[in-house]
Amino acid sequence: MPDIQELQDLVIQVRRDILRMVHKVNSGHPGGSLGCTEFFVALYHVLMNRHETFTMDGIDEDIFFLSNGHISPLFYSILARAGYFPVEELNTFRLLNSRLQGHPTTHEGLPGVRVASGSLGQGMSVAIGAALAKKLNNDPSLVYSLHGDGEMQEGQNWEAIMFAAGKKVDNLIATIDRNGQQIDGATEDVMPIGDLKAKIEVFGWDVLEIEEGNNLESIIEGMQEAKSRTGKGKPVCVILHTVMGNGVDFMMHTHAWHGKAPNDEQLEIGLAQNKETIGDY
Amino acid sequence: MKKYVDQGKQDTRSGFGAGLTELGRSNPKVVALCADLIGSLKMQTFQEENPDRFYQVGVAEANMMGIAAGLTIGGYIPFTGTFANFSTGRVYDQIRQSIAYSHKNVKICASHAGITLGEDGATHQILEDIGLMKMLPGMTVINTCDFNQTKAATLSIAEHHGPVYLRFGRPKVPNFTAVDQDFQIGKAVTLIEGNDVTIAATGHLVWEALLAAENLANQGISAEVINIHTIKPLDEETLVRSVRKTGCIVSAEEHNYLGGLGESIARTMAQHHPSPQAFVATQDTFGESGTPAQLMEKYGLNNKAIEEAVVQVLNRKR
Repeated sequence: MPDIQELQDLVIQVRRDILRMVHKVNSGHPGGSLGCTEFFVALYHVLMNRHETFTMDGIDEDIFFLSNGHISPLFYSILARAGYFPVEELNTFRLLNSRLQGHPTTHEGLPGVRVASGSLGQGMSVAIGAALAKKLNNDPSLVYSLHGDGEMQEGQNWEAIMFAAGKKVDNLIATIDRNGQQIDGATEDVMPIGDLKAKIEVFGWDVLEIEEGNNLESIIEGMQEAKSRTGKGKPVCVILHTVMGNGVDFMMHTHAWHGKAPNDEQLEIGLAQNKETIGDY
Repeated sequence: MKKYVDQGKQDTRSGFGAGLTELGRSNPKVVALCADLIGSLKMQTFQEENPDRFYQVGVAEANMMGIAAGLTIGGYIPFTGTFANFSTGRVYDQIRQSIAYSHKNVKICASHAGITLGEDGATHQILEDIGLMKMLPGMTVINTCDFNQTKAATLSIAEHHGPVYLRFGRPKVPNFTAVDQDFQIGKAVTLIEGNDVTIAATGHLVWEALLAAENLANQGISAEVINIHTIKPLDEETLVRSVRKTGCIVSAEEHNYLGGLGESIARTMAQHHPSPQAFVATQDTFGESGTPAQLMEKYGLNNKAIEEAVVQVLNRKR
């Protein structure tokens, strides 16, 4: 396992990747991407047992599904820096003929992506299906998924939550990014989500919260606890409290940067706050 | 003229159930999901024999489509079962993103298609599903005509890699195709050869086309009858070859004339051999309650309607 400093260096580098990718094409979603950077670094470099080479079926390894596909800049940076494809390819984000589509897809064969996402609310059902396949294959590894809190307004999630509890899909850890923001404003203003923990618990899940969702050590500790609760007859949900836009001061604590790219000047400020660590692509 | 014998009326959904049962015994990778319609979809035997490979998802079709997509990741071949309406329109975006765009090997098996669902009425009938499904890139669309063909198609699609929409129905209809038929996806079957007009039919309308051809023969009109069990990919070669010979065509389907088989044929002919065409289909309308026979009569979906369409198209040819 890499030490905390190495992980922190990767976090900073991934933030730079995110800013540079969305700046170059003047589109994409930096806010949620920055908010979940620490979580992804912990997931891919500490928590998941994964193979170096990508296979669609992911047999005998932990697999991950991104349901809120708009945080693709983060996903692509993480996948590239985990070795699934060359980091130079991050230069092609959202360009014509790229494998790095605006939202993740299997359509262009990008290693690390197992289903298209972007139209919200579908990823939990897919993750459940993959978890059922692991059970059929007697594969003891886990399925992880990530969802936005605004995304929980989609009804399909609640069908999936009901199913996973009812059918005891206990090899699944579904994490919800509780940053409290969505495109039109604060989630509690747009459509109040309320007590997410209580709602999912009453459906029959084991739910835990990570209060400091931008702190690597808190994330690792909380997710290890989540892993320890799998295999006990209940699906596991982690409510991850994050700050949208984390690490770039003017992007933090607001929905304003949900889907907006920084201009040249803003990019320089953001990069100055996150100095190059392991090397830009 | 070649004669076809009704071996006894059976529902096409039971052909699906029989095929699924056989797959349960022969292919350990086949799994099945149902949204609270196990009896209607004839999935009981598969469920009883393979409880570990069967998922009752409750009344939650969107979730069912997503779970099916996920089950392919790990090597399984999921067959989903619910009514055609709830297999398509209700879950279009789930199919579009999680299955079709993601190119997942899911078999969407849809019963009670068309107007012959009958008494439940328009909320449960769907006459738009072929159009919805054929527009999705990479989706194969199959609409079988009888018990034997539905069983054969069910077995065949398990061997085909990629998303498939298999459409069948509720009423008992004549079972006339061969029990041991070799079902080839995308290959039309010429049932009767003729020279004056081509009748290209799909689903329940294939038997009606055979009845129409017999009546037309008595009037001295030689009709070629083609069973289009696969609407996408369409067997354009067989259709164009036939129409080059006959000079006109009637399409027949239990579906809206907008978006259905007829439109696919019209496009094919416009590109390769422009010809007079008449459409036996519903005319941009919802269905209603009634018995299947009453509804087929009222909405112009029987052998009589096909005969009238043939007369009309022959007049345009001359």
